[in-house]
Amino acid sequence: MDYEVVIGLEVHAQLSTRSKIFCGCSTTFGAPPNTQTCPVCLGMPGVLPVLNRRVVEFAIKTALACHGEVVPHCRFARKNYFYPDMPKNYQISQYDEPLVSGGYVEIPTPEGMKRVRLVRIHLEEDVGKSIHGENLDDPRASYVDFNRSGVPLMEVVSQPDLSSPDEAKLYLQRLRTILQYLEVCDGNMEEGSFRCDANISLRPRGVWEYGTKVEIKNMNSFRNVQRALEYEITRQTKALDAGEKLVQETRLWDANRGLTRSMRSKEYAHDYRYFPEPDLVPLAITREWIEEIRRTLPELPDARMQRFVAEYGIPEYDAGVLTSSKTLADYYEACIKRYPKPKVVSNWIMVELLRALNRDGIEVEQSRVTPENLAELLTLVDDGTISGTMAKTVFDGMYETGKAATDIVQERGLRQISDENALVAAIEQVLVNNSKEVDEFRAGREKLLSFFMGQVMKATQGKANPQAVNKLLREKLAGKEA
Amino acid sequence: MDLHALTIHQLHDLMDTREVSARDVTEAFYRRIEALDDRVHAYLTLTRELALEQADWADHRRHTGESGPLLGVPLAIKDVICTKGVRTTCGSKILQNFVPPYDATVMERLKAAGAILLGKVNMDEFAMGSSTEHSAYGITHNPWDLSAIPGGSSGGSAAAVAADECAAALGTDTGGSIRQPAACCGIVGLKPTYGRVSRYGLVAFASSLDQIGPMTKDVRDAALLLNVIGGQDARDSTSADIPMPDFTRALAGGAKGLRIGIPREYFIEGIEPEVERAVRAAVTVLQGVGATAEEVSLPHTEYGVAAYYILAPSEASSNLARYDGVKYGYRTPQWSNLRDMYMRTRDEGFGAEVKRRIMLGTYALSAGYYEAYYKKAQQIRTLIRRDFEEAFRDVDALVAPVAPTPAFEIGEKTDDPLQMYLSDVFTIPVNLAGIPGISVPCGFSSTGLPIGLQIIGKPFDEETVLRLAYAFEQQTDYHRRKPPL
Repeated sequence: MDYEVVIGLEVHAQLSTRSKIFCGCSTTFGAPPNTQTCPVCLGMPGVLPVLNRRVVEFAIKTALACHGEVVPHCRFARKNYFYPDMPKNYQISQYDEPLVSGGYVEIPTPEGMKRVRLVRIHLEEDVGKSIHGENLDDPRASYVDFNRSGVPLMEVVSQPDLSSPDEAKLYLQRLRTILQYLEVCDGNMEEGSFRCDANISLRPRGVWEYGTKVEIKNMNSFRNVQRALEYEITRQTKALDAGEKLVQETRLWDANRGLTRSMRSKEYAHDYRYFPEPDLVPLAITREWIEEIRRTLPELPDARMQRFVAEYGIPEYDAGVLTSSKTLADYYEACIKRYPKPKVVSNWIMVELLRALNRDGIEVEQSRVTPENLAELLTLVDDGTISGTMAKTVFDGMYETGKAATDIVQERGLRQISDENALVAAIEQVLVNNSKEVDEFRAGREKLLSFFMGQVMKATQGKANPQAVNKLLREKLAGKEA
Repeated sequence: MDLHALTIHQLHDLMDTREVSARDVTEAFYRRIEALDDRVHAYLTLTRELALEQADWADHRRHTGESGPLLGVPLAIKDVICTKGVRTTCGSKILQNFVPPYDATVMERLKAAGAILLGKVNMDEFAMGSSTEHSAYGITHNPWDLSAIPGGSSGGSAAAVAADECAAALGTDTGGSIRQPAACCGIVGLKPTYGRVSRYGLVAFASSLDQIGPMTKDVRDAALLLNVIGGQDARDSTSADIPMPDFTRALAGGAKGLRIGIPREYFIEGIEPEVERAVRAAVTVLQGVGATAEEVSLPHTEYGVAAYYILAPSEASSNLARYDGVKYGYRTPQWSNLRDMYMRTRDEGFGAEVKRRIMLGTYALSAGYYEAYYKKAQQIRTLIRRDFEEAFRDVDALVAPVAPTPAFEIGEKTDDPLQMYLSDVFTIPVNLAGIPGISVPCGFSSTGLPIGLQIIGKPFDEETVLRLAYAFEQQTDYHRRKPPL
């Protein structure tokens, strides 16, 4: 049968505040275990949480960028369940009174822009991390690292408005881009600062009621979200076609085996016994505060894309790619500040830089070629120091070593030969050695010009200035004796 | 001179005139503790070495010209308040070896004021109880009658003050745990307004109700202690940004012109006639010094205990979830897997009353029951708060009994939790409303047990409460009587 796919996503974004949500501990990733903790984030007896206002500010920023409604009053609630890496055995979260309700994110689909509505955005604290393994002091024991405990999380819950794994991926990318533009989340999925759970169900096309929904967890990349959803669509389609009844359950994505497996069914769902957090007072958010935050909002991806088209005259496609990440757009603008030829820079970034980055699976901020160095490289082409072909070689050198273009040119002796005397000598030698071809050329085989070009380049180890060689070759071949 | 029998302000005067040193005073209290605590069993931990160091430091500060009401004054602290480097058990086996790496805010403030920590005193486990019989570390005895309970949960604090084993103490009050033991032991116990004193470092029982307060030998001492421990704290979001007056200044105000309300619902069947007589006589005393009295009604009083036993256990079930054997405190010696470790640790670590309340609270918060129990109880709480607001339109303070009976016999109610819970019928509504209440001695039963008078005030109006209590105390000598130890 033909089924319609219904997907809703829950995103957990770690907010990049310097300190944790309820204490002053640092949020830096990767510190030695339990070095970024205090009695509060360790949940010791008698300690109390104090809300970090920056965290609220970051969530309000997000709400404004996603067109959500920031409520004037909201509350935190306790979510109760036992887990060894959760120090209090409850998580301070928000339940029936979230900070933000509604909103939407627009994604580009083949049919045009699609609006994915949001249910809510709320705040909560992250938990610690259990560590198991053979390298530990006692391989049979589990260890807990509480550095992450209390790191601020923002949960963004979408409506079930997504109808394919592709749309899910687009939505996640768009949301991540927005958070990065706002500088509220670094969006690093591998480090877990941008995590996603999916709810997916199928219904026969034309049927109004939703089908049985399944929650999928443990997808740590955009690719895995797509794969997991694709797997689940196939699984559910098969089951429904075979007349089986699906169960409402939580399933884990196993990236190695490429499948989802059941974790717990609805009957075993936790009863979290939510109740209002008595250690925190209700949070009041004034209009003035919201307006103050609104004034600090940066230019968002859509606006920046339109500006790139208008201001730099580059195609919409280029502008879309360049603004898909804030750091990439910043990179582009830093580059054209020093080398003001927008389309040339755009081509270099989209062709050379992104190709290399994608090949190595790294982000633009990890690139060893700085925007300043790229601009310098392009300037060297323009002033004739190197040729366009040489520039690609120099770029590869810069990418490998992180060195400046002039250094690479210097080290590898790649300076272009533009000196006419030197070139004339080389050209005359080539014409002497290939007198037969010279005769043919003069007899009308003008195609041989590129042959002579190649010979001259070879003789100069590719360093000859092509324009100059071209001009001199034509002069020499046009009548004057070799 | 019996230094141990003196109040904070008396000790202060003696030390300021250099008649005695803080070391003399501290040593006097340890002699007293040595002589009596075998019988009273107020203390769980003594910190003699630390106390003598603090005493010498206080003497040094005084020699350099400093003075201060608490400088060099030895106190006992309820074992639910975190003391840096000093074991804090909460009367529970599950925290038998817990040594906090931090001080509660009240401890920081006391230390800064130069007070001396004599030791940590007994309590019902996690402050759950009205008799101090629910401690994992033995029963505390009432100094007035060693076969009677000292009240609870701050029974160790009350007994230590009554037996002169400290100059004063801190207790905590969630449903009456300062006022009821103060009444049972014939001392003064003040539960401040919720938010007046920081709860940072107070091990939580029911976060929306808990409040730390002074337990002292007279009303002036209560005002002096509140001056030091009260005030907003950046580490407790629920502490109030409300100015702290000098509470001792309120004392001199007298009762003249104050309107006091007598809540009809607090003189119900089950209250012991001796208690009612003593409280009504106290009203007459206050009228005698110029107060006017009228009957008022707090119509939802009868639902207070029921609502409390939903709300407090609900919060407790969550607050006590952290004691799981993973991070600190007791862990069962043997287990087969994580779940088994949780279950054994908590089964072996918690006492029966704590388990009872964890179960009550877990049930009340469960899906399908939340609306019927927790939600409903919150609504009752609102109604009770409104009762008080309504009454305070007409009167400045309320006067009532603290408990329906004087201290009962040890073992009398341990098998009947409901009877035990009713000990707090007159104190619980004050916690639910978050308002201040004090217990002052107002008489003795025929068997020689103290009776307490409760004075209840408007939110953050501890001044009127203290003023009335002081006016009453000036007219009586109950607070000067000493138990026959």
